[in-house]
Amino acid sequence: MMVADYQVVAHEEIAKNIYEITLRHDPLPAFVAGQFVHVKVDDTSSPLLRRPLSVARIDVEDATITLIYRSGGLGTNRLTKKQVGDTVNVLGPLGNGFMVDQVGSGDHAVLVGGGVGIPPLYELAKQLNERGVRVTTILGFQDKDTSFYVRAFSKIADVYVTSDDGSIGIEGNVSSAWPLIKDPIDWLFACGPKPMLKACVSWRNQVRKASFVSLEERMGCGIGACLACVCETTQGQRKVCSDGPVFTAEEVCL
Amino acid sequence: MNRLQTEIAGMTLKNPIMPASGCFAFGSEYNAFYDLNQLGAICVKAVTPEERKGNPTPRVAESEAGMLNAIGLQNPGLEVVTNDILPKLASLNTSVIVNVAGKQIEDYEIVAARLSNEPAVSALELNISCPNVKEGGMSFGTDPETARVLTERVKAVSDIPVFVKLSPNVTDIVNIAKAVEKGGADGLSMINTLLGMRIDPKTGEPILANGQGGLSGPAVKPVAIRMIYDVSQQVSIPIIGMGGVQSAADAIEFILAGASAVAVGTANFVNPLVCPEIIHDLPSWLDEWGVDSVQELVGRSWKSCSATL
Repeated sequence: MMVADYQVVAHEEIAKNIYEITLRHDPLPAFVAGQFVHVKVDDTSSPLLRRPLSVARIDVEDATITLIYRSGGLGTNRLTKKQVGDTVNVLGPLGNGFMVDQVGSGDHAVLVGGGVGIPPLYELAKQLNERGVRVTTILGFQDKDTSFYVRAFSKIADVYVTSDDGSIGIEGNVSSAWPLIKDPIDWLFACGPKPMLKACVSWRNQVRKASFVSLEERMGCGIGACLACVCETTQGQRKVCSDGPVFTAEEVCL
Repeated sequence: MNRLQTEIAGMTLKNPIMPASGCFAFGSEYNAFYDLNQLGAICVKAVTPEERKGNPTPRVAESEAGMLNAIGLQNPGLEVVTNDILPKLASLNTSVIVNVAGKQIEDYEIVAARLSNEPAVSALELNISCPNVKEGGMSFGTDPETARVLTERVKAVSDIPVFVKLSPNVTDIVNIAKAVEKGGADGLSMINTLLGMRIDPKTGEPILANGQGGLSGPAVKPVAIRMIYDVSQQVSIPIIGMGGVQSAADAIEFILAGASAVAVGTANFVNPLVCPEIIHDLPSWLDEWGVDSVQELVGRSWKSCSATL
C-alpha cells in the first residue's frame, strides 16, 4: 500500500460517459485482480475525498494499471480532463481482491458484471484464462451506448451480453442470461449494483465450489480507519474497503 | 532542544500534532504508512461501555470543501478495547488519548474509570458532542450545567487528564467551556463536527442513511478558529484545536488562535501522510515567527494585541 503520483499514459472515452485511463508508476506495487485504488484527482478541496476506482488491467511489464470509470460526479468529471503526461495521485492497491489461486485449471468460472462493476472482472478473466480456467461472462449494460469491453472479453471468455433496453445482447438484466449457461459451474464471481449481487448470491447453490461478490459502498479513507463503508456479514460488521471489497456469497448479508 | 515539545494538561508531547478521534480508528491502519511514534499523541475512536453497531450506510456524503459523516460511534465496546486493542498501543512511545462516549453519565463513568487504570492510556477525551447518535452524545454538550456535572462525575473517577470535546452546535460556546472548566476538566478539544445535511437533488432523499450528519473538513476551519479564539481568552485550561486542518499553515493558525495542540481529522482520509508532513513543516514556521518554541505562539493572535496596545 502506498501513495504516489502516477502518470497518465492513455486516456479515452470508450463508451458514453465511460472512460478508460492507463496510469504508470515504476516500480508498480503488486496488484491483485479485484483490488481498487483511491484516486485524488487534483489538489482542490471540492471534492475533498478520493474516488475509489477499480482496476481493469494490471500490466506488470509496462508498470501500468488501467482504470475504467463513469463520469458524472464532480471528481470524475474533472478526471476526464486529465491528459497524457498529467499525473494523478493514487493510494493503493487497496482491498483484498479475488482469490485467483484457488481456481484450478479446467474449472469453469462464471463472471457476472453490471455497468462499472465490470472492469475488475476483466483482469480476473485474463488471469483465469492464463491459468487454463474456462471462463464464461455475463455483462449487463444499460444500453448499447454505454457498453464496453465486449470484444476484449470475447477473446478470453464465452460472453453473454444483456441490456436494459435490448439495444445490445439480450433484453433484460443479467438474470436473463444466467439460465442460458448449461455447463456445470465451479466458481461464480460478481461485481455490480446491489440488486444484481443479490441475484448472484441466490444462485450460489448452483455453483459447485464457491461464489464471490465484490461490493461497492461510499468510502471515506479507503484503508479501514473511518468505518464509513461497513457491510453486514455472518461474522458481524466488516469493512468493504479493507476486509473486502470481495466477500463470499455465504458470508455477505445484502 | 525540541522546539516542538508541547506541555499540555500535565502531559509532555514531542510535538503538538495528533490525529483526531474518529479519523484514525485505533491506529494500526496508519502504522502501514509511517511510524506512529512520530506523532505528538494519537487520539483513538470513541469507546462506549457496550459494542455499538453504528448507523446504516451510506455514512458519508461530500459537500463543498468538506464531508458529512454519520458513523454513529461504531466500536467494539469497552471490554474488547481494553483487552484486545489497548495492549497493542501500550508499546508506543507517544501519548494515547481515548475518546469516551455514552448514553448516560454512568456510561462515561464506567468507561473512564476502567480506562484511566490502563497503562496504555495517557488521557481521556469526553465526547459530549457527537451529532450522530440518538441518545447522549451532543445533548450532554449543549447545556452548560449538564456538561459541568458530567465533567465533575468523570473527573471523580479518573486518575489521568480529562479533556472535554465541545460541540460547535451551540449559541454560546464560551459558556459551555467555562462550565466544563468549572467541572474540573484538564483541557478542551474543539471543535467537533457541525450538524449538517445533504439531499439528493434528483430523488429528494437525504444522502446519508441517518438523514443528518457532522460536517468536517476545510469548510469548518473558520468556525473552529473563531470558537478557539473566543474560548481561549476566557478559560485557563489548554485547548486541543481541530476542524479542517490540512497543513502546517493551518496548524499554526489554530495555535495562534489559542490552541496548545492541534488534531488532524478528515485530512488523513485525503492524505494518509498528512500528520508527519505537518510535523516536518512546523519548524520553518517557527523560524518565520522568530520563536524558539512552538508554545510561544499559543494565542499570539490575541496575546500580541494586548501586549502592544
